[in-house]
Amino acid sequence: MSFPDDEKVYARLKAAGLTAAQEAMIRRELEAGGSHDLTDTDRANGGVGVEAFGRDIYAYHDLDVLQRLAAMQSSASANIRSLDELLGRDRLREQDGFPRKINVGRLIKPGRSGKEKVVIVPTTVEEKLLHDTSSRSEEEQSHGGAGEGEEGEVIGEQPVREEQQPGAAGPGQGEGGSHEIESNAYDLGRILTEKFQLPNLKEKGKKRSLTRYTYDLTDRHRGFGQLLDKKATLRRILETNLHLGNIPDVNRIDPTRFLVAPDDKVYRVLSPEKDYESQALVFFLRDYSGSMEGPSTVLVVAQHVMIYSWLMYQYAMQVETRFILHDTQAKEVPDFYTYYNSKVAGGTQVSSAYTLVNEIVERENLTRDYNIYVFHGTDGDDWDHDGSESLPQLRRMLAYANRVGITIAQHARDEEQRTEVEKYVRGSRLLEEKAKLLRMDVMREDADEPRLIEGIKKLIAD
Amino acid sequence: MELISQHTKRIMEGCKERAAAAGLRFEEETLEYIVTNRDLLELTPKLMIPTLYDYWVHDVEVLKEKGRYELYPSNPYETVINTRPAISYYNDNNPDWLNVMIFYHVLAHIDFFQNNLYFRHTWDYDFTGQALSDKRMIAQLRSENGRWVDYVIEFARGVDNLVGFHSELSRLSRPPEPPRARMLDYYFDHFLQNVRKVKTGKYIKEIERYNACLRESPEHGEQAFFAEVFRKHPEFDSFYKKSLEAKAERRQDLMQFILEHSEFLTKEQNRWMKPVVEVVRKTSLFFQPQIRTKIMNEGWASYWHEALFLQDDRISGHEVDFARVHAGVTAMPRVGLNPYALGMRLFQHIEELAGKGKYSIEFRRLTDRWERERYDRPKGDRRDFLFKVRENLNDFLFINTFVEQDFVDRFRLFVAGRRLNQARGVWEIYVKSRSVDGYRAMLLGMLYHPPAIDIDREKTGNGSLYLVHRFEGRPLVREFIANTLLGIEFLWGRPVQLETSEAVRSELAGPPSGLPGMHMPLSEERREQELKWQRVRYTMQDRKLTRDVL
Repeated sequence: MSFPDDEKVYARLKAAGLTAAQEAMIRRELEAGGSHDLTDTDRANGGVGVEAFGRDIYAYHDLDVLQRLAAMQSSASANIRSLDELLGRDRLREQDGFPRKINVGRLIKPGRSGKEKVVIVPTTVEEKLLHDTSSRSEEEQSHGGAGEGEEGEVIGEQPVREEQQPGAAGPGQGEGGSHEIESNAYDLGRILTEKFQLPNLKEKGKKRSLTRYTYDLTDRHRGFGQLLDKKATLRRILETNLHLGNIPDVNRIDPTRFLVAPDDKVYRVLSPEKDYESQALVFFLRDYSGSMEGPSTVLVVAQHVMIYSWLMYQYAMQVETRFILHDTQAKEVPDFYTYYNSKVAGGTQVSSAYTLVNEIVERENLTRDYNIYVFHGTDGDDWDHDGSESLPQLRRMLAYANRVGITIAQHARDEEQRTEVEKYVRGSRLLEEKAKLLRMDVMREDADEPRLIEGIKKLIAD
Repeated sequence: MELISQHTKRIMEGCKERAAAAGLRFEEETLEYIVTNRDLLELTPKLMIPTLYDYWVHDVEVLKEKGRYELYPSNPYETVINTRPAISYYNDNNPDWLNVMIFYHVLAHIDFFQNNLYFRHTWDYDFTGQALSDKRMIAQLRSENGRWVDYVIEFARGVDNLVGFHSELSRLSRPPEPPRARMLDYYFDHFLQNVRKVKTGKYIKEIERYNACLRESPEHGEQAFFAEVFRKHPEFDSFYKKSLEAKAERRQDLMQFILEHSEFLTKEQNRWMKPVVEVVRKTSLFFQPQIRTKIMNEGWASYWHEALFLQDDRISGHEVDFARVHAGVTAMPRVGLNPYALGMRLFQHIEELAGKGKYSIEFRRLTDRWERERYDRPKGDRRDFLFKVRENLNDFLFINTFVEQDFVDRFRLFVAGRRLNQARGVWEIYVKSRSVDGYRAMLLGMLYHPPAIDIDREKTGNGSLYLVHRFEGRPLVREFIANTLLGIEFLWGRPVQLETSEAVRSELAGPPSGLPGMHMPLSEERREQELKWQRVRYTMQDRKLTRDVL
């Protein structure tokens, strides 16, 4: 797949004048090629029969080898209660003066069905005094083999990086048989809030009343009402008769002998029910340009899942989400699955995404009904190097948004210098002017989970 | 979990008869259960022991990476467990012919459990029964002491890979020594030389006196000799007893040492912790031999299920099905190590050589290549030799003794290496070596090997525990040290110190980056030079870890 638009943008930018570094960056993305397909989960391996390289001899088991019986994945029902217990236990550890041991939040890809599904795996490790085998460098590793081949002959290949995409089996979960605890985003959000003490939102959009009532036959009333609830009535009659000693043998009940009190009749009555309307609308923007290859994408997506979950919790599931991917063009995608799994390729124009958000908000008049949040994840590269196109759009956005959070997962190679996006956002002084509305978090692309959580705090804190 | 049907049980009994006739030795009674996925869900975290004690970590995804098998020396998905009677687990829709094959496999495992000397300490009791009573005890303690039971389990498990498995074995397998002989050794080797520091002349005189006593009366000579010794050195007796005690103490592993010497655990309110630590230790000891005989055990079982299945008259018509499954289990992978395949081939290789009498002294003396190849002078039954191997060796000895160049050549084995192809950004797997030395070293390097941590009794003064890691070229996993020592400190009740070696990395050696297109100039020799080791000491005091370089 080629990106003809990219070339156009490039030509236009070039005409406007570019520095060598900027040009190099653009060329890098242009030449990388690639496409935005969804990731295949089972990517073919490089060589034939070399997958077992590094597989431990102790990883073979009778049940698996002889009978094809693998440990079953623990189902969703096995489940969040134990997770609660675990976290409770973990808090107690701290009180007792021992370090915490549970890690939550390994985020694995959500399935296509039910986009709210996020897989969280509580993990722990039992520390012992062990030999460290990793100190032997990668190259010295050797393993067994059998068959033809002269010494020195190459017999197969393995990709250097196993997971280039978040979609391809999440972090470290290549091996089958891991039992994951599936929970929905709401639960993850609660865990994040509790475990990491993320701030609780103070105002949950009390500006307008977003509740309304519908009427339904839901309440029960004894004696009179609109609709007789036969089952409940019968139960009450039985109860009464039991108390009266009117039923000599519970195994042989004769309904004709029942004594029926008027009070035993249970009716359903109309009553008002609260019907909540959505209060929060979250736009997730992801840069899926070619430069986002690798860890920066994993990082951005992981963070977005967490933010999403957290908002789900804060707004008691009343969160609507929109997902936008951008390279030089921005497009809205229908579900989190696509958002999560689309491959990176192409060039970068941050302004395209901002423009699209503004258009959507205006077109659908969203500001009237929603608190709007925008979270943008990028590696900080932008062909629009001075922000001349992005900043005006950003200003427009800040006029209506409750919070705009920009995450920059900086590449290791750019560590010394600030990225384009960081430069122009800081340059615009918007961070100071609209400190309540705009947040930016810059982290290195190899940041770990606690750092990610820190980042979220920064983005969403008051 | 329910028992297999009568029909299937009858098949099993038929297998037992045939296996016993072929020479396998195992106890008559066995239990076979059908397991569903739901059962497995509960069984696998408990290492297939249905009665194992409850512990919260069993419910959590535990880090699964390289070190996993170092952490858990057990086979989590084993079909058969080493209990009395042996319990095995089956899928409920296995066809009969497949069950026949699995039954033979299982019976060979049981034979191995019950005859290999590394399992000696598990022979005298039923582990499931023991585990059940331990589980109840722990549940009882948990109702009294709450989560502190789990802390104790956690901290005890932190050192359960350091159990003295071999000293436990040697205690059991040592032939009973006549007490006299030991006393004699002590008298001549230690008492006279180190305690009395006698001159050579006097020493020789004593030997002569001993010989004279024996000559005079071969039966009571030694007694007479010692009667004189006791008269001359009245202090000898107490010295000797003290030495015996010291010897016994030196054998203690870390857990035993803590159990016996920790002041914290002897306190009245903490005494309940001792049995918990004991349970963890016993459980670990139980699993130790399994991981140390993985290749042998699976090889032995595969060898027998093949041999016995092919002779079984009940399964005619399923040879092709068998061939397919059997090949799936025991095919040599192009790259990788399959313990079933390797172990089975090694047993078959040994059987063949033993059949030709090639493990004899005469054969070893032959130097002529031609003669060596033609040599065929069978001595005894070829399987007898196999049974001896099965009885006396573990994986290390098995590989070290029997993996030879002939074996490597015969099955076209090689050491596969991995190197980075920078141009293409992939790891290339290549044939690194076909020599037996390389192959053996690679195999041995893969075997389970926990670090050796000794207790330095001299430095364990003033209440603090001093541990010394005997360095074998591999450092300890650094990020685990803090929490492990924290646990030991808790059980010990006083500061704990650990001496170990760590690499000093010079600045040149940055982390090798695996990115395609990036510069990776480090050659192997250079890296070797850069790796220097230094002794460091970690001190855990009041739950704070400090580190100093020695």
